[in-house]
Amino acid sequence: MKVVIMGCGRVGARLASLLEQDGHTVTIIDIDSYSFRRLAPNFQGTALIGNGIDEEVLKSAGIEEAGAFVALTQGDNRNIMASQIAKHIFNVPRTVCRIYDPLRRDMYEELGLEAISPTTLFAQILREKLESQGE
Amino acid sequence: MYVIVVGGGRVGYYLTRALLDEGHEILILETNATVARTLSDELGSICVRGDGCESTTLASVGTNRADMLIAVTGDDEDNLVSCQVAKHMFGVPRTVARIRNPRNESIFKKLGIDVTINTTNLILESIEEEVPTHTLIHLRDIRDRGLEIVEVKIPPGAPTIGKPIKELALPEGSVLSLIVRKARRPIVPSGATILQAEDQVIAVTAHESEDALRAALSGQ
Repeated sequence: MKVVIMGCGRVGARLASLLEQDGHTVTIIDIDSYSFRRLAPNFQGTALIGNGIDEEVLKSAGIEEAGAFVALTQGDNRNIMASQIAKHIFNVPRTVCRIYDPLRRDMYEELGLEAISPTTLFAQILREKLESQGE
Repeated sequence: MYVIVVGGGRVGYYLTRALLDEGHEILILETNATVARTLSDELGSICVRGDGCESTTLASVGTNRADMLIAVTGDDEDNLVSCQVAKHMFGVPRTVARIRNPRNESIFKKLGIDVTINTTNLILESIEEEVPTHTLIHLRDIRDRGLEIVEVKIPPGAPTIGKPIKELALPEGSVLSLIVRKARRPIVPSGATILQAEDQVIAVTAHESEDALRAALSGQ
């Protein structure tokens, strides 16, 4: 499957490596070329400089043939907008979007966007860890 | 009417002042503390510091009773999210977003934003009007109809000068609505009206007929 990832932070770069190990073709977009230093030295995919909320940039990243799109920039709104473009304009079969703000995440889930809030997940993990130690 | 303005930059500030002058109830949201304080000093309690994309902020300013939300921050994605949250969580009947990337206009429409204002294109169009070599000037779009209002200036020496309008090969669907002649005389044209040099013809036309209309009127 061809996967387009927007945002080459720690999570984006790591996800790119993992997907590649599983045999997927990865294109990763970031506005800052310096971010690509995080990619594994043996990364075989495409690293593209550009703004992922720009339709033309997404096209040159091959969004039209992509089986999945993942939005992982630091900006919730950028992730939301890019995912909606991928889903509603380019009809990408699978889009996943990181939204830090839990309330915003809930609303966009209701609107049909597959979204993950690391805030909620991490708080849950921490609670489980802390509470299990007391036993 | 209760209107919420998101973004306290220059556009937001002057928009708020204009809407206040028209007697509306206005609230302006700005995330930056310094900017928000300056706005409060100037406008009073109608400025609230907060993020217009956050539902808690929007709830605290009574967005559920707002008639309109206008998002005019400098970032297209923030304006999109503000409008979507206002619409889906608070049922605001009309949302307006400012757009900087002209390509986002059709995307925002598809994503449910009622009105988009494309500041980049507005500036471009205004500049075009000032370029004298353009015989056809785009004045405005007729929303959602694929039609536009344009102005064609009849240049001196045009082959159409002295001809009645009924003899012109106007493209189908184009209508000449008004002719403004020297000495500020507006004329409602009929088929017998004869074109003169320097006439400013105001016409309604389909986007794709622009070139044909220009050619029919000015011979260029």
